[in-house]
Amino acid sequence: MNTNHKNGKVRIGFYVCHCGHNIAGMVDCPAVAQYIAKLPGVVVSRDYKYMCSDPGQELIQQDIREHQLNRVVVASCSPLLHEHTFRNAVTAGGLNPFYFQMVNIREHDSWVHTDREEATAKAKSLAHAAICRVRFHRALETTRVPIHPDVLVVGGGITGIHAALTLGNAGKKVFLVERDPSIGGHMAQFDKTFPTLDCAACILTPKMSAVRSHENITLWSYSEVVKVSGYVGNYTVTVKRKPRYVNEDLCVGCLECIQACIFKEGKFPDEFNVGLSKRKPIYIPFPQAVPPVVVIDPDRCLQVRTGKCKKTCLEACADRKAIDFTQKEELVEIKVGNIIVATGFKLFDAKRIPQYGYGLYPNVVTAIELERLVNSSGPTAGEIVLRDGRPPKSVGMILCVGSRDMKTNRWCSRTCCMHSMKLAQLVREHTEADVTVFYMDIRAPGKGCEEFYDKSLKEGIQFVRGRVAEVTDWALAPEEEGKLVIRVEDTLAGFVRRIPVDMIVLATGMEPQADAQDVRRLFNMSCGTEGWFLEKHPKLAPVSTFTDGVFIAGCCQGPKDIPDSIAQAGAAAAEAMALIDKGHIEQEPNTAYIVEADCSGCKSCIPLCPYTAIAFDEAKQKAQINEALCKGCGTCVASCPSGSIRQNLFEDEEIFSEIEGVLAYV
Amino acid sequence: MKYSYFPGCSLKGLGRAYEESLLPVMKHLGVELVELDDWNCCGATAYMSVDETKAAVLAARNLAIAEKAGPRDLMAPCSACYLVLNKTKHNIADFPEINAAVQRALGNAKLTYSGNVPVRHPLDILVNDVGLDVIKEKVVRPLKGLKVAPYYGCQTVRPYATFDDAWNPTTMDRLLATAGAEVVHFPLKTKCCGGSLTGTVPEAGLRLTYILLKEAVRRGADVIATACPLCQFNLDAYQDQISRRWGPARIATVYFTQLMGLAFGLSPEQLGLKRNFVPMKPLQAEPVTA
Amino acid sequence: MSDPNWQPRIVAFFCNWCTYTAADLAGVSRLKHASNARVIRLMCSGRVDPQFILDALARGADGVLIGGCHLGDCHYGEGNYKTLRRFQMLQRLLRDMGIEDQRVRLEWISASEGERVKTVINDMVEQLRALGPLNLPQRRQDWDREMTPPAGPAGNSELAEQHAEPEAAHA
Repeated sequence: MNTNHKNGKVRIGFYVCHCGHNIAGMVDCPAVAQYIAKLPGVVVSRDYKYMCSDPGQELIQQDIREHQLNRVVVASCSPLLHEHTFRNAVTAGGLNPFYFQMVNIREHDSWVHTDREEATAKAKSLAHAAICRVRFHRALETTRVPIHPDVLVVGGGITGIHAALTLGNAGKKVFLVERDPSIGGHMAQFDKTFPTLDCAACILTPKMSAVRSHENITLWSYSEVVKVSGYVGNYTVTVKRKPRYVNEDLCVGCLECIQACIFKEGKFPDEFNVGLSKRKPIYIPFPQAVPPVVVIDPDRCLQVRTGKCKKTCLEACADRKAIDFTQKEELVEIKVGNIIVATGFKLFDAKRIPQYGYGLYPNVVTAIELERLVNSSGPTAGEIVLRDGRPPKSVGMILCVGSRDMKTNRWCSRTCCMHSMKLAQLVREHTEADVTVFYMDIRAPGKGCEEFYDKSLKEGIQFVRGRVAEVTDWALAPEEEGKLVIRVEDTLAGFVRRIPVDMIVLATGMEPQADAQDVRRLFNMSCGTEGWFLEKHPKLAPVSTFTDGVFIAGCCQGPKDIPDSIAQAGAAAAEAMALIDKGHIEQEPNTAYIVEADCSGCKSCIPLCPYTAIAFDEAKQKAQINEALCKGCGTCVASCPSGSIRQNLFEDEEIFSEIEGVLAYV
Repeated sequence: MKYSYFPGCSLKGLGRAYEESLLPVMKHLGVELVELDDWNCCGATAYMSVDETKAAVLAARNLAIAEKAGPRDLMAPCSACYLVLNKTKHNIADFPEINAAVQRALGNAKLTYSGNVPVRHPLDILVNDVGLDVIKEKVVRPLKGLKVAPYYGCQTVRPYATFDDAWNPTTMDRLLATAGAEVVHFPLKTKCCGGSLTGTVPEAGLRLTYILLKEAVRRGADVIATACPLCQFNLDAYQDQISRRWGPARIATVYFTQLMGLAFGLSPEQLGLKRNFVPMKPLQAEPVTA
Repeated sequence: MSDPNWQPRIVAFFCNWCTYTAADLAGVSRLKHASNARVIRLMCSGRVDPQFILDALARGADGVLIGGCHLGDCHYGEGNYKTLRRFQMLQRLLRDMGIEDQRVRLEWISASEGERVKTVINDMVEQLRALGPLNLPQRRQDWDREMTPPAGPAGNSELAEQHAEPEAAHA
C-alpha cells in the first residue's frame, strides 16, 4: 500500500479545479497545473472542471490506484467547504485521508482579484506551498469522542418547543430552559396566524401541554443558562432557577392568590399584553401558561421587597400551601451532549422613528399591540378600539418600521407584510373600518401567501405604495380635524398624499435579542454583522454553528415565520439526533503530542491549556497531554522552548515548508 | 462667558428687533458679546446657489476675522447666517478646490483661515453653555398664562442637527418653559415658512406661511416665537394678504429673545416689541417676583 | 535600486474559526482587494510561533499579517491572548533589528468581518509599498560579505574596492 516519505518516495497528485467559471474565469488553471507538474515529487498534475463532482473525485481515486499516489493536493474552493469531501474521496481511493491538502484559490483568489496575471501567480504560489507541505504529512487516524445522549434546548418559544418534542418523541432526554415564567414565546401573543388564519393559541397550546406532560422533557421555566463548559458530546451546563416564591408542584392554578392580593387592582405593566393592561405583583402570564403556575414579581411584591405585607395570598392558599417566600435562587448543573439555542427575537422600538408619532399620539400602535387588542383574551376582550374606547373608522398600516432602513435596520423582517395583511383582514372583520396599507414592496413568498394577498385586495383593503414620511395631527382640511394624517408619496399615482385615519398600526421589525452578544459568548458562537447568531453556512448548514454540538434554530438565526421556525427546529433536532444515535463523533486528529525525550520539564506549557489537557508527571518530570481533552488549538506547541510539543496536521516542518513554498514563486 | 458676535445684515436692518432683544438678554445673563470688526454679509442662501466657491470666500472672510479676534466661539443669531457659515466651514473642509480659492483670496487680504472657530446659535449657547438653571434664576416675571408656539424654522436644525434634534427640537421649548410660558405642542415647528419664496412665488411661499399661522392659532397659541429674522418677517408682515387669500390667520410673531427679555423684567420698548406688525397681547399684570 | 515592478509580498497566518472564515466571506461577497497576501491556515492564532514570522521575513516576505479572533471570542477560549503577548515581545525584537512596525501586523478579525479583511490587506499593501522591499535575503548576503575576512595580502585594497560600490539602496 502507500508508504510514508521516509521509506519511499513521495508521489504527489495535484488537481486544479476550474469550478466552472468561478476559478477559471480569473485563474489560468492549465498554467497552474503545468507549473506544479515541474515540482519534484509531483507525479500527476491535472486541471478539471468540477473536482468535487463524482467524476472529479473518481479521477483522484483512479490516479491513486494507477499512479500509486501517496499524496493528494487539490486547488479549488475553501477547505471549510470541501476539505471533508476530498478527504472522503481520498479514503475511497485507498489512501489515508490526512495525506490530503487543500488550496483555496477561489474565495481567497479568483473571487477577490481582478488581474488575471496576479491571480494566476497567487494560485501558483499557494499551490507550491501545499506541495511543499504535503510532503511532511503522515497517516493519521481520527479520534472518537462519545456523545452524551441528553440535549439542552434553550428558549421555549414555538421553535424550542418543537425541537424538544421532536427529540423527546425520539426517546432522548431533553432539558428545556426558558427565561420567562411560561413557555410559548411570541406566538402565544398572536391571535391568528397567516395564511390559514388558524387561531394561534389553538395550535400552540396542545404543543405546550405536550411538553409539560412529556416523560422525556424536563421543563425549567423562569430559568436561565449561566455557564457552559466542555465540548461536543460532553457539555456541562449550569442553569440558574429563579425563585417564583410559588412551589410548582403544589400550585394548582386556581388563581385565588391573585384575587386575594393586597393590591386591589393591577398596577404594573402587563408584559404579555405589551403594557396595554396592568397586572398585580402576583400573576400568571396568561391563562394558558405552561407551567400553569403563579409567579411573584420580586421587584414589585411588597413582601419580597420589604418583608412587611399582610400576605393575603398565603391565606388564600392555606390548604395547599403553595406559596413559599423562603424560596431562593438555585444553581443546577447538568450534563448534555448537544445544545440547541432557540432564543428568538425582540421587536424594534418604534420610538426610534419619531416621525411616526409612536408614544406621542395615543392612537399610533404597534402591530403586536393590535394583535393583543384583536385577541379575545386581550386587554379589550377582542374589541378593536381607539384609546378613548371608540371603534376606528379608518386604519392606516405602515410597513417596514425599522426594517429595510439605512438609518435603523437594513434587513427585511420577512413576516411583517404577511402579518400586516392578516391584521388588516381581522380589522375589517371586526370593525368594517377602511384599512390602507402603506408599503414599499409586498413580500408574500410562502405557501398560500400570494393568495392571501389577493384575498386582502378582494376584501377592499387599500394598498398605497410609498414610504410614509410622517404621521401628524395638523389638519389642512375640515375632514382631517381630530384625525391622524399620514403624509406619503404615492409612487404609483405620482404625487404626495395626505390620508387622514383614526388609528395607525406600525409593523415594527424583528431584531436580535438585547443580550444576543452575551448569549453567543456563553455558547461559544459568533454573531453575524447584523447581530443574528451565525450559522455555519447560510445555504448548506443553516442550523449548525462553528462549534460542534451547538445548534441554532428559529428567529435567533434570522427573521422568519412560524413554518420556517418549525422546520429549523426539526432540522436542529435531527442534527443533534444524528450525533446522538451514532454515539460518537470523529474528531479532527489535529491534537498536540509531546516527544518525551525532548521535554525538559520546564512546565511553561502546563497553565496554557484552556481544556486542562496538559498535566505534569511528577515521577517522570515530564509534561503529558491527554489526547481526549486536546482540542488542537496549538497554543502550547508554539510556546514550548524545546520544541518537544508537536501538533498533528500542523507540524512545524509542515508550516515552515508552506512559508517556503509561498515565497518561492516570485 | 465671552463670544464673538456676527449680527449679519438682517439684525441691523429689518430684523433689528432680534438684536435689540438679544443684546440686553445676553447682558442680563453675564454673557459678553464682541461684535466682529468689519464683518461683511454672509451671502445667505442666494449667493450659494449661484456660485459656491465665491460664496464660500465671502462667508469665510467673516470666519477669518473671527479667528483673528480671538479663540472664542462665534455666535450667529440669524439662522440663515448660522447655516451659511457652518456650510462654508464644511465646504472648505471637504472640497480642496474651495479651500484653495478661500486661502488664496484671504491671503490677498492678509487674512488666514484654519477652521478652528465654532459657529453657534444662541439657542445652543443659552441652553448648553449658560444653562437653564442660571436662566431660571433671572426670571422675575414668569410668562404665566402666555401660550407660545415654538417655531424653529428649518435652518437651525437642517442639515446640521448639532445641538438639537432635527425632527423634534426642544431647546426653544425648554427655554420658553423656563421663562414660565405654556409651550404649545406644535408639530410644524421645523416646517418651512416659505423663505424667500414669499417674495418671488407668493402663491407657494405665502401658502406655507399661512399653514403655520393657521395651525398656531388652531392650537390656541397666543404668540409664535421664532429664531430667524426671515421667519419672523414672513409670519408677521403678510397676515392681511394671507387672510384675504386663504383664510383668517392672525397671531403675533416675536423673537424668542423678546419673550425671554420680558421674563427677565425688561420693558417691551427696550426689547423692540413695537416693531411688530401684529402686536403681541400684553402680558397679564403680575407683580414682579423678587 | 528599486525595481518598478516590485510588489510587496505578505505572508498571512489566519486562524481557522475567525479570520480565515472572514476571508472566505470576503470571497463569497466578491470584495475585491490586493493580491499580495498569501494565507497560511492555522487552527488558532495561538499556534503562531514567532519563528514562523521570522522565517517568513528571512525568506523574503516584506510583511507578515497575523489574523485571529477578537479578544474574548477565541474559539479555544484564550489562544489569542497568548498571541498578543508573543507579538508584543517579538515587536521589540524586530525594532532592535531595524524592521519597521508596519511590516508585522496583528489584527483581530471576526468571522463576519469580510470587509475588514479587504481593508486590512489593502492598507497593509499600501504601507509596505511606501516602505519598500525588506529584502532580508539580499541583506543577509550583504552582511555575509561584509563579515567575510578578506583573502591574501592585497586584501585591503580589494576590501576598499568592494566598499567603493554604491550601497544597495534600502527603501
